[in-house]
Amino acid sequence: MSAPTVTPKRVELDYTGSERLTMNMGPQHPSAHGVFRAVLTLEGETVIDVDSVIGYLHRCHEKLSETLTYAQYPSIASKTDYVAAMTSEFAYVRAAEVIGKFEVPKRAQYLRVITAELQRVASHLLWLGTWCMDMGGALGGGATIFLYCIRERELILDLFESLVGARLLYGFFQVGGVRYDIPSGWADSCRQTVDVIDQRISEYERMLENNPFFMARAQGVGVISRELAESVGISGPLLRGSGVAWDLRRADPYSSYEDFEFKVPVETAGDCFARYRVRMVEFRESLKIVRQALDKLPEGPISSRPGLKSVAQTRVPKGEAYVRVEGARGEVGCYLVADGSAKPYRMKWRGASFSNLAILPHIIPGHKVADIVAIMGSVDPVFGEVDR
Amino acid sequence: MLELVTPLIAPIVVLHVVIGIVTYVTLLERKFAARMQSRIGPYRVGYHGVLQPIADAVKLMMKEDVVPTAADKPVYNLAPIVFLVPCMFIFATLPFAPGLGVADLNIGVLFFLAVSSMEIVGLFMAGWGSNNKYALLSAMRAVNQVISYDLPFVFSALIPVVLAGSLKLSDIAAAQSGLWFIFYPVIGQLAFIAFIVSTVAAENRAPFDILEAESELVAGFRVEYSGMKFALIQLGEYAHILGASFLGALLFLGAWSGPGPEWLGPIWFLIKAMLVFLLVTWVRWSFVRIRVDQILALSWKALLPATLLLLLATAVVVVWRANAGL
Amino acid sequence: MTSDQARALIAERFSGAQIDGTYPITATVSTDQWVAFARFASDELRCRFFSFLTAVDWKDLGLEVVVRVDNLDDNIALLMKTRLGPGVSVCPSIMPVYKGANWMERECYDMFGIHFDGHPDLRRILLTDDWVGHPLLKSYAVDTPHPPYR
Repeated sequence: MSAPTVTPKRVELDYTGSERLTMNMGPQHPSAHGVFRAVLTLEGETVIDVDSVIGYLHRCHEKLSETLTYAQYPSIASKTDYVAAMTSEFAYVRAAEVIGKFEVPKRAQYLRVITAELQRVASHLLWLGTWCMDMGGALGGGATIFLYCIRERELILDLFESLVGARLLYGFFQVGGVRYDIPSGWADSCRQTVDVIDQRISEYERMLENNPFFMARAQGVGVISRELAESVGISGPLLRGSGVAWDLRRADPYSSYEDFEFKVPVETAGDCFARYRVRMVEFRESLKIVRQALDKLPEGPISSRPGLKSVAQTRVPKGEAYVRVEGARGEVGCYLVADGSAKPYRMKWRGASFSNLAILPHIIPGHKVADIVAIMGSVDPVFGEVDR
Repeated sequence: MLELVTPLIAPIVVLHVVIGIVTYVTLLERKFAARMQSRIGPYRVGYHGVLQPIADAVKLMMKEDVVPTAADKPVYNLAPIVFLVPCMFIFATLPFAPGLGVADLNIGVLFFLAVSSMEIVGLFMAGWGSNNKYALLSAMRAVNQVISYDLPFVFSALIPVVLAGSLKLSDIAAAQSGLWFIFYPVIGQLAFIAFIVSTVAAENRAPFDILEAESELVAGFRVEYSGMKFALIQLGEYAHILGASFLGALLFLGAWSGPGPEWLGPIWFLIKAMLVFLLVTWVRWSFVRIRVDQILALSWKALLPATLLLLLATAVVVVWRANAGL
Repeated sequence: MTSDQARALIAERFSGAQIDGTYPITATVSTDQWVAFARFASDELRCRFFSFLTAVDWKDLGLEVVVRVDNLDDNIALLMKTRLGPGVSVCPSIMPVYKGANWMERECYDMFGIHFDGHPDLRRILLTDDWVGHPLLKSYAVDTPHPPYR
């Protein structure tokens, strides 16, 4: 057996007369946020064109859901947006509940709100850390913020661990309610955690906004106009950063969100800094909702369909519904078509990151290479949700 | 006989001492950064991780040396050495104590500045020879940045020269036996700030590390290097920053002057250099990186005119004081 | 504008449309009217927010394309549908109206094999370029073997 011969080939840099350079960013790249490949066309340092290549993390969630029952799929749903797993499960079980008109007890609704809001805080913490790391580098100031944020996120994951037993992918939601009640002492430790995070968020805010370099990198970069934002369908903090006061918790309330007081932050600039401001306010508002929900938490059952014995026991009558929840990254939607059996006939997963990422080709051209990572970070895509 | 032997032995001693300090400076930085980030830092190798730099060196030596098929091999292989040599040369002219040094040249500052900006040659060779687009972009950025920041670096280093009236490093140190130049009213503090900023930029440290920029360019010009070649580049970079720290301590912090007997001089010098190094490290671990156009704008629109004006003002003050007989 | 007014307006302008519900308003139009209806939804109902585009495979009844758009100011939700008919997998593209339809139509082509007429860049998006078949069709069995990777 002879060893395969490698003919040394000189790779010429792709310099044509127009002085343009094609550069691959990803799929393996320190700031690719997962597996994203951007084929950039550069003129010097300026990006003039970008082609996005996605799909490296495709796990056929939609086909898979047609083969799994309503009891089985929620724990798989958490694997779409693995950074905010609670809200992914939320969308799916609510879709089944809306079609089947299953009742959800008040206590379960409040527990859903608490976990969803804690999840939003955890997800935003990871966003803040990774975004700063994108701009500051793993060997620079960005890593400092990243480690601080991870420290706080850990506190929330600890809470989830004592509630569910898992730290990343939970399987906490089920059709008709939630799977577990809170253990004794959980509410108190949750209150403490919320206070700690609230205080530290203010510290980071001061640390970042008093930093002229941070402001120089975030302000005026990656501006998204309102028209473009709506036409592409970006949602969540990005849409609110572009001047649209649209929060599903307010506009289309679900799971008792109308019981709580909270602000919907809106910024009009549409740049990276506006998106940062929106998320920083959302931290506080989410923590506020958690506090209110803990105070008002009613007694009662946690599920209207307890004691399921078989995975195929939940049958959803014929019908269809599009149900959306406000996830950490925006509108997480589930379009479900049920045919009366224990499995959905068709499930379309509307990932917030997929639509948010589609904005990139519209806003990147004209920016410098360094801005791409800042814009990518401010969009905060999770590739589990983009590729599904 | 001694006159013949000393010039042969001194460089070897200095080289080894410098390499020893450089390896431990990496540990100092890691510990310092870890404390800033509420971590512990290296802890497992030896007591509180004191053997970590040695473990790192051994690890890098044992790594496979990968040469990309498409690389321009002579340029690629030569680049780490071309990069390292000027970084080591800068220690030649540094006096570590009165009369203790390899060569206390009459034009010491000039030599230091000239040699220290030669690292760009090795840097560009590494970026070009790797035949990698990230490395190429990084080399482009490096040339931009080094040209832009060497001027303010030179001008801010010239202010102590004007104050001391000599280009010889030992004379500048001796001139500070009364008042350290950093305490010189107004001029001293401004010059020190300008020196630190341009040092950080000329050494390509965060927040000006756009040529390494691992979130955009992965590792920039050294993306294709591995094993000992990577170690040489790393060594050169830290030697350079250490040399600049020594220069800062010498130009502004009174070099070896300090309380205690005279033989403590080199120790004081080292401590002061470490303080400058930690200042630079502190900046590194608290700022985000700025963009290439912003870096260039900062140099040409703010730092260069400011240092130039400061240099002129210093000259005016010195002449006025001489005429007034102060 | 309220949802009821929007319903009335749709019924007036598109007499052939089947309209159902108020939040969301579900409107099924014929394929020929698809682009005109999208433009009407965007310009006159001011449903500018593009939520998603997908398809449902109704086996013998053929494919159905589903689009959800919202009017964020007046909170009107519109679910637009069109039946392509048995055996047909061609649909006009609404990309000129909604920019977000770009990736969604590519995904729909990828998964259902629907050719969107007028889409400038209709490539597979999630699956590899050399994938055989369109997995979300009901005729594509879950355990369909795929050609080995090169």
